[in-house]
Amino acid sequence: MLVKRVPDLKYSDITPRDAYLNRRKFLQGLGLAGGLALAGKGIADIFSPSLTASASMKLMPLASSSFSTTEKVTAPQTVESYNNYYEFGTEKGQPSKNATKFVTSPWTVSVEGECAKPRKYSMDEILKLAPLEERIYRHRCVEAWSIVVPWIGYSLNTIIKLAEPNPNARFVAFESYFDKKQMPLWGLAGIQLPYVEGLRMDEAMHPLALLCVGMYGETLPNQDGAPVRTVIPWKYGFKSIKSIVKIKFVKDQPPTTWNIANAHEYGFYSNVNPHVDHPRWSQAKEVRLPGYFKNTPTQMFNGYGDQVASLYNGMDLKKYY
Amino acid sequence: MNSILTSKWTKAVVFLVCLVPLGVLIYDFLTGGLGANPTQFLEHATGDWTLRFVAITLSITPLRKLIKQPQLVRFRRMLGLFAFFYGFLHFSIYLTFDQVFNLRGIWADIAKRRYITVGFTGFVLMIPLAVTSTAGWIRRLGGRRWAMVHRAIYATAVLGVIHYLWLVKSDIHIPLEYAAIMAILLGWRVYAWYAGPRRVPASAAVRKERTSVASD
Repeated sequence: MLVKRVPDLKYSDITPRDAYLNRRKFLQGLGLAGGLALAGKGIADIFSPSLTASASMKLMPLASSSFSTTEKVTAPQTVESYNNYYEFGTEKGQPSKNATKFVTSPWTVSVEGECAKPRKYSMDEILKLAPLEERIYRHRCVEAWSIVVPWIGYSLNTIIKLAEPNPNARFVAFESYFDKKQMPLWGLAGIQLPYVEGLRMDEAMHPLALLCVGMYGETLPNQDGAPVRTVIPWKYGFKSIKSIVKIKFVKDQPPTTWNIANAHEYGFYSNVNPHVDHPRWSQAKEVRLPGYFKNTPTQMFNGYGDQVASLYNGMDLKKYY
Repeated sequence: MNSILTSKWTKAVVFLVCLVPLGVLIYDFLTGGLGANPTQFLEHATGDWTLRFVAITLSITPLRKLIKQPQLVRFRRMLGLFAFFYGFLHFSIYLTFDQVFNLRGIWADIAKRRYITVGFTGFVLMIPLAVTSTAGWIRRLGGRRWAMVHRAIYATAVLGVIHYLWLVKSDIHIPLEYAAIMAILLGWRVYAWYAGPRRVPASAAVRKERTSVASD
């Protein structure tokens, strides 16, 4: 049994990458021109860097998980440079460039709705709710590409149980952070924002469903959903919501962003299913990035059928796509 | 200006410039610059260049009238052939990497997926235009008929934009930019047809002269 320990370092203690880089710039400046090279705005930037952006911190220790796949892990450069995060631009390369100054600290997640113990959690608290595990999951995008990512977190049901949801809580609704000032490209996204997602209670309680705070041994990069997101590996990627600010227990099936945008193409369930095509493309195969050929057969429930198929017993998955 | 336009060297230079997008893609391919999803990158890049060359080809006629440089027409065939060339690359990449030569899969896509149906139609329509782009074919078809056949490029322009519009998930601003450009280029023709004195296309006029001489 692995010794499980939570990190001593607080999330708010992390040196922001900006500040770190600026210190370097400062030293370089001194070296180059005896400080004279520093002028105007440059000085202001160096002495008052934004204190809360782009933090990256090692997460230790990490327990391994029996849910992890043994498939080859995708290179972090791929996962960090190829993102669907429409608040920061709809092209895959945009979020990694446009989210660098996204402020993720301080951060609170409000857990509310049909439950006995609603409350707000700080990121420091979220990092300590349970021992952190590394879970290597296949991640299948609805656009027919896939990656294998060593996510870090713990089962989503941890935070759900703490809230003690009541019998009215049949669904869990999630909401992403949204700020037009920090996300100037929001208007081009073509989807309703803030981004909202939802799961049936039994789906959310399934141990595979991950509340994720990091990947590749570190906290999440902004473009990958910092500081906290879900990862629901048997569903298409867009069901895994990024930068969560609200988790709400509700009675009725909550609205979900892509379903609002196009109900015909994106269902509430959106389980990975090679037999149900997207109206505009086949879902039978996928391209494992960064490869060229779309020749990897897509598996039912993204290969997690043994664990999750029973959640959908008796359901027509062509109807509930 | 005229001597530049009529120089054979200008044609060579334009030809090389038209190959630059391909050169950039080959360079990126060799240096790993195609990003995390190289197939998608290649598909998008070649698709973009197909639409751009269709638009450039369509802009020759309005441009040569607006700036009164009829010699510009010398470049039209080459530019149109480059539109076909990049369209061919676009389809070939889809065939190779996306479908991995699965002909049944391609046929299912073309039949079932409307954005592929229109894109493929737009591409196929360019094939006879590429084939009949030679002087011999202009002669064989007769200028007027040849010009009529080559109006299929208008359909390719419209289908290409619809293909793009139907492909994107939600952010349609770039396909709409292409739509606006094509609308201007095609709108100018409608306007010229209604407003201007009835003009026959240059090639048809040449042919007409010849036939009228022959029939005299």
